[in-house]
Amino acid sequence: MAFEDSLSAAQKVSLQQSRRQRLRTRLATFPWWLVLILLLIVGTLLLITNSPTYNEAFVTIRSGMIVTLYITLISYAISLLIGLFTGLGRVSSSILSQNIATFYVELMRGIPMLVLIFFIALVMVPGVVNFLALLGAKLIELGLTTIGNPLAGLSNRSISMSVRAVIALSLTYGAYSAEIFRAGIQSVAKGQMEAARSQGMSHGQAMRNVVLPQAIRNVLPAIGNDFISMLKDSSLVSILAVRDITQIARLYAGHSFRYPEAYTTLSVMYLTMTLLLSMLVKLLERRLRNNG
Amino acid sequence: MANLTDEKLVEVKSINKWFGDLQALDDVSLDVQSGKVMVIIGPSGSGKSTLLRCINYLETPTNGQVWFNGERLTSDQRELNRHRAEIGMVFQSFNLYAHLTILENITLALKVVKKIKQKDAESIAIEQLKKVGIADKADKLPSQISGGQQQRAAIARALAMRPKLMLFDEPTSALDPEMIKEVLDVMMMLAKEGITMIIVTHEMGFARAAADEVIFMDNGRIVEKNTPDGLFNQPTSDRTKLFLSQILHK
Ligand SMILES: Nc1ncnc2c1ncn2[C@@H]1O[C@H](COP(=O)(O)OP(=O)(O)O)[C@@H](O)[C@H]1O
Ligand SMILES: [Mg+2]
Repeated sequence: MAFEDSLSAAQKVSLQQSRRQRLRTRLATFPWWLVLILLLIVGTLLLITNSPTYNEAFVTIRSGMIVTLYITLISYAISLLIGLFTGLGRVSSSILSQNIATFYVELMRGIPMLVLIFFIALVMVPGVVNFLALLGAKLIELGLTTIGNPLAGLSNRSISMSVRAVIALSLTYGAYSAEIFRAGIQSVAKGQMEAARSQGMSHGQAMRNVVLPQAIRNVLPAIGNDFISMLKDSSLVSILAVRDITQIARLYAGHSFRYPEAYTTLSVMYLTMTLLLSMLVKLLERRLRNNG
Repeated sequence: MANLTDEKLVEVKSINKWFGDLQALDDVSLDVQSGKVMVIIGPSGSGKSTLLRCINYLETPTNGQVWFNGERLTSDQRELNRHRAEIGMVFQSFNLYAHLTILENITLALKVVKKIKQKDAESIAIEQLKKVGIADKADKLPSQISGGQQQRAAIARALAMRPKLMLFDEPTSALDPEMIKEVLDVMMMLAKEGITMIIVTHEMGFARAAADEVIFMDNGRIVEKNTPDGLFNQPTSDRTKLFLSQILHK
């Protein structure tokens, strides 16, 4: 106060103005959207705790959580592996690897995910299973019963829909993460590979020890965001009648005709998970930036 | 292996290098004996880097031959990796492995290429870092030390492999003036130790003091080859004279 008293009137005005300005930028940059989203979440939470119908919807849908999580996690892990190898294929010097990798990526990216899930689960998997069973039968004819028997025993019924869902999601997301890995590898300066090769490392050794560690670091945020997308897109497997949270919500809504309860709860469950995950990704991003 | 002193460690026999329809090297031949220092000078774009990169086959010559240590280099990857482990290369932009500490930069190839155990690799690395005077930076990342220190670390990384030959591609061109000397001092020390080196540089004072032979390149060709005194004091070609006058008046 003593400090302000010593200022002239003009200075006081300008001090007030700059304060007002600071307040204005603070208000402008404040994440109001986040407050709104949190209000939505808290509001739904209140409904769940206070309204018996919302509570019932939540408890029912929650039982699909394990399926949603394991389908997301397993498909994500497999898709990262596929993506890594396909990404390496995309930047490979071998024309054959390049073309196979690009063929796969373009195929997956050119077809809607919903259609791919139908195709992979209902056409590709049965096709492959029938082929393997046929192969098994032929092998038994040739006397190779140890390999033939398990193959011949394969039937489409032995491949559950949730396994097919995992295959479908892994294959589609494999193509997306391949592009992320490709960009990551290309983001590493050429001199890094050259220095490694000049020391006598093979291409593979240089890739593993020098280029990939840097590439993966560069794409960690993108890979994290992919996980969030995967969590959301895992809801598509409900069309294969896999009992994830979306499918259970659909069934519940269909039986009880409580559409608002089922779909509000379901939406807010996804929203909560993705919000938490994207905060995690941002944190990771900031840590990477500070360390590098 | 009999008499290393007058053995040709490197022989380049009439190599040409084309990038599409641009000829970067035009019938270049040279040889370097063990223990000698060769300096290559010439204007930018004259093919100096390409020549250096053909010597360890980072670029494959379009035709012609490169011999190292009595063996002809081919595109056989296994053989190439074996030869490259004996040819150290130092780049203009250092090219230290950005994700590894200085110590790890040195131990990586020792472990991966030479199959040396972690502990032994570390003691070799420390020894080399002491030699170039940055042992205290062992645990830093490349981005945490100065350009001059990075280049000295890159030299230590190359030396740790116990190379028969060292290639330097404008090792001081990316450095601030006050850091050039610390790198040249290290290179001078290596020259005195009798390490065979081929150096592309614009540091004429260094060339004069360190080189046994200086080559002037222009337009992908070797225009002139002489002792440093001969080349700097009595250049025979007009292009050499012009280049020297330009570089000395900068
Ligand atoms: N990878 C490349 N692809 C195409 N052109 C190149 C490549 N590397 C070098 N060149 C060309 O070859 C010529 C010689 O280049 P370089 O050997 O780098 O010259 P210097 O090192 O003497 O400056 C230049 O014209 C350059 O543009
Ligand atoms: Mg150059």
